[in-house]
Amino acid sequence: MQPTEDPVREAETSRHRQADQPSSLVARFGPEAPLMLDCGVTLAPWQIAYQTYGTLNADRSNAVLICHALTGDQYVASTHPVTGKPGWWELVVGPGKPIDTDRFFVVCANVLGGCMGTTGPASTNPATGRAWGLDFPVVTVADMVRSQAALIDHLGIPDLFLVAGGSMGGMQVLQWASAQAKRVFAALPIATGARHSSQNIAFDEVGRQAVMADPDWRDGHYLSAGTSPKKGLAVARMAAHITYMSESSLHQKFGRKLQDRETLGFGFDSDFQIESYLRHQGSSFVERFDANSYLYVTRAMDYFDLAAEHGGVLAHAFQGTATRFCVMSFTSDWLFPTADSRTIVHALNAAGARVSFAEIVADRGHDSFLLDEPEMHQILAGFIASAARARGL
Amino acid sequence: MLDASGISKIPTVPEARVDLAVVAELVPAGVRLLDVGCGDGSLLEYLAAVKGIDGRGIELSQKGVNAGVARGLSVIQGDADTDLATYPDGAFDYVVLSQTIQATTHPRRVLEQLLRIGRRAVVSLPNFGHWRIRWQFLLFGRMPVTEDLPYSWYDTPNIHFCTIRDFVELAKEIDADIEKAIALDAWGRKLSFNAPWWFWNLFGEQAVFVLKRKG
Repeated sequence: MQPTEDPVREAETSRHRQADQPSSLVARFGPEAPLMLDCGVTLAPWQIAYQTYGTLNADRSNAVLICHALTGDQYVASTHPVTGKPGWWELVVGPGKPIDTDRFFVVCANVLGGCMGTTGPASTNPATGRAWGLDFPVVTVADMVRSQAALIDHLGIPDLFLVAGGSMGGMQVLQWASAQAKRVFAALPIATGARHSSQNIAFDEVGRQAVMADPDWRDGHYLSAGTSPKKGLAVARMAAHITYMSESSLHQKFGRKLQDRETLGFGFDSDFQIESYLRHQGSSFVERFDANSYLYVTRAMDYFDLAAEHGGVLAHAFQGTATRFCVMSFTSDWLFPTADSRTIVHALNAAGARVSFAEIVADRGHDSFLLDEPEMHQILAGFIASAARARGL
Repeated sequence: MLDASGISKIPTVPEARVDLAVVAELVPAGVRLLDVGCGDGSLLEYLAAVKGIDGRGIELSQKGVNAGVARGLSVIQGDADTDLATYPDGAFDYVVLSQTIQATTHPRRVLEQLLRIGRRAVVSLPNFGHWRIRWQFLLFGRMPVTEDLPYSWYDTPNIHFCTIRDFVELAKEIDADIEKAIALDAWGRKLSFNAPWWFWNLFGEQAVFVLKRKG
């Protein structure tokens, strides 16, 4: 690829490179270590891109796995190679932070189906030498966890001190705690649910239809066609972004304030600040995210239903667990409302699990878990400190 | 518990809650215990440090829950009236309900739940039969307000007051054995073990019961 003057084009090229050759660490698995997917496909070769922070102790007992949300990635506490922005959870992960990288060995991997270096639809299909596109098999949250477990094996970590994550990251935490219970000492599922609600599936479908309605999507083959369904993906992001906030936070932040103008424009420019904000969210997102990845990862969330895998009884997913849980929700989160967290807590109680649950009063909606919410950080720190004591760390 | 200097220290129960100290005396070491209405977790923390119990808590107030979780306790936000139903039978050795039964909507149902979930229930309650309350009612003809029960009738969370004898009757009705009972006077001192129920009912400001399912 020739260097180019166009910064947008450059960012896009850099992103495409990340899919196969991530800037982060990467573990590659050949045909001898295939990934068995829920859909029945055996994926090989495959790779998982990850970052680590801190040092694994001699007992290999201080490892923490952070699971990222829909549009997150492995750069939890380090600069993003495409956007140049700080890590997405630096408020929580770092030296002296609640997940203290001076004490713990923190691992964060890009999810299966993602576009930042773990095998996904933007990766090169070894059979064709071109991007997988829609030929990539549909993956599930359980598949994501399988891929992470393979990485943890690869790193020589017998079991994890803590698995933590919000939103889709929280789904992975629950899946870990259920499918790999003996390898999880403490689990921290935040702002999440044991299944995706009908309303959430509905929002995901709107996003996917927006992507697929873009003529530049080319039935998923835009990478080979040299196009990019930016408009569709931007609309998907705009719609989704609304679900991450709350009516009250939108009102406080933007109200009906106008953008760079004194009076209404009597047209369809972004008169209102909220419009301008959403357009910005949409256009900056497409520079760092692959449209097909968006389809696959939202699909994985839609398919998630932990109780269904256990005869319809969620408690059975946690039978006999020794893991310590801390479940957290936010009052203004309407994407994963507190009722979803309560369902998890009731199931954990029924399974006799050691569980804490706190609902944080916060008005910034679902995204609160990523933001500066001192009460959340205090509870995180208290939970982690007591778990660390119990593990002798 | 370790403080900032790394020196082990035993947390103390607030002086105002002498009933908690009594509860601590009644609970054997190492048991699995649920504290319903655990407040900020003082009792759980105390019992964990002193008795090595495996404790869980339910608390209605968000403030209390967050304080408890931040202290490293397993506490969930929940309501004694509705959330006890989500626990399986016999999940705990002991279930503690301290100074909370009078604030529940369905005290009888709550008590039955306690004995379903736990092999034993420890219940502490303010005694509405205490002479000072009777005296206020008799003299002024108004709902009593005391140091321990400082609310006016219209803003009190305590909607189901009972006397010691009322509680004993309820225990009988739900077929529970009273294994132990302790009454405390206004100064938090234990009343004589041999005193008759009427004496306790008149001079006990609060009482602590250990109940057990029959059979």
